[in-house]
Amino acid sequence: MADRSTLKYTSEHEWLDVQGDIATVGITAYAAEKLGDVVFVDLPSVGSRVASGKVVGEIESTKSVGELFAPVDGTVTEVNDAVVAAPELVNSDPFGEGWLIRVNFTELPSLLSYDEYNALVGE
Amino acid sequence: MTDNTHSPVSGVSPERLSPLHREHLDAGASFTDFAGWQMPVRYSSDLAEHHAVRTAAGMFDLSHMGEIVVLGPEAPDALDYAFAGKLSAVAIGQAKYSLLLGREGGIIDDVVVYRTGEDRFIVVANASNRAAVAAQLVERTAPFDCEVFDESDDIALIAIQGPKSFEILSQVPGIVVVGLAELKYYWSTPGQFDGHEILVARTGYTGEDGFELYVAPDAAPALWRAIAETGVGSGLVPAGLASRDTLRLEAGMPLYGHELGLTTFAVQAGLGRVVNLKKEGDFVGRAAVEAGPGEGARVLVGLRAAGKRAGRADYPVLDADGTEVGVITSGALSPTLGYPIAMAYVDPAASEIGTELFMDVRGTRVPASVTALPFYTRKAN
Repeated sequence: MADRSTLKYTSEHEWLDVQGDIATVGITAYAAEKLGDVVFVDLPSVGSRVASGKVVGEIESTKSVGELFAPVDGTVTEVNDAVVAAPELVNSDPFGEGWLIRVNFTELPSLLSYDEYNALVGE
Repeated sequence: MTDNTHSPVSGVSPERLSPLHREHLDAGASFTDFAGWQMPVRYSSDLAEHHAVRTAAGMFDLSHMGEIVVLGPEAPDALDYAFAGKLSAVAIGQAKYSLLLGREGGIIDDVVVYRTGEDRFIVVANASNRAAVAAQLVERTAPFDCEVFDESDDIALIAIQGPKSFEILSQVPGIVVVGLAELKYYWSTPGQFDGHEILVARTGYTGEDGFELYVAPDAAPALWRAIAETGVGSGLVPAGLASRDTLRLEAGMPLYGHELGLTTFAVQAGLGRVVNLKKEGDFVGRAAVEAGPGEGARVLVGLRAAGKRAGRADYPVLDADGTEVGVITSGALSPTLGYPIAMAYVDPAASEIGTELFMDVRGTRVPASVTALPFYTRKAN
């Protein structure tokens, strides 16, 4: 599991682990908790171009549907097949095995720090 | 990520709290607004809570529901006039599912009515409709020699549901109920818990065996804890409204506001049998029901699909040509069955069992076939 304090966040409750020009993206524990038990994950295909702010996937729980937004402009280099096969990983390990996609990005937009994100969700 | 079908509760809110709120906080519940109440949506995992009810037992706080007592020598006649069913024919101790119809034939609420005495009935209403039901009952029973008391604030409600419900409830210390083992489905009996009067009913909304316990708010926390402690070794868990919704959906039970509403006729919802047109005398909605909802009115069906992608409330239902022939009212990936299920209102021509249709899931057409309700039936004991 990534150290949450070094991750970047979005107001859409996603986290980014930035290593060079690759960002690993997942949803936060707060978002997973609000969704409830995740039962279906739909992710973009490897090689697809994504644009920041655009919907690229879906995360469904028994009760509701969440949209996955691309947090950056770039190209998907990897998707987490394990989470497609076992969507419950989003709940059990949202910052680790429940990661969703890796994106080779061109430019990093303004993102929230750990403290800023915690302030956003009131924790 | 945004959550576009469910608004998490945040900040300070004016919602009402259950008398069991402290117990829910202690159990780590997440809350949701439900008809102005802050009620547990789940404690840890709604799937685990769902499976616990199917395989062992779950315990629900339903204290938000309305309990309206109708009392008096003409209460049976008054209720025959007020409701779609023949409640005067209900025996003391028996319960009956019924509908409060509007004059235009639509449904104001679906209720369970318990007869607890020769001249005493308890009408259990949905929380969102409590005020409407109470007001309608006051108005409709006015010509009769009886009185209406909204006792909702003085009654808490705990449901224990699942195959181990009886085994657990019969061992809860402090509960005294004569004849619990013999209590039949849709019957109730008075009992005691630690000196408080309670009403124990063999009813529920999950498709499993189970009981509903009506209890004074002051005694509810101790009863909740006693059931929790007794049941923990048998797999009982507290269960929230999220699992309650998937359980009732699998069991094909309608939810007011989804499958039922002011513009729905009972016959469209498959509840024609609940409206007793053979009973003597007038009842509210009778003329409209006899006239019927009109040719071509949509009817409620079950849909099942392959894969994992569920249709949700308000998603269109299409035929093979892509023409909209209906709309989904409730849907989920069934936790018990493992495939997507939904209830939908569709045109009569599209309602035959086996008809191949499509759910429009946010722009993706997901094949779904019309299937008989309920989706899930428990195995006989």
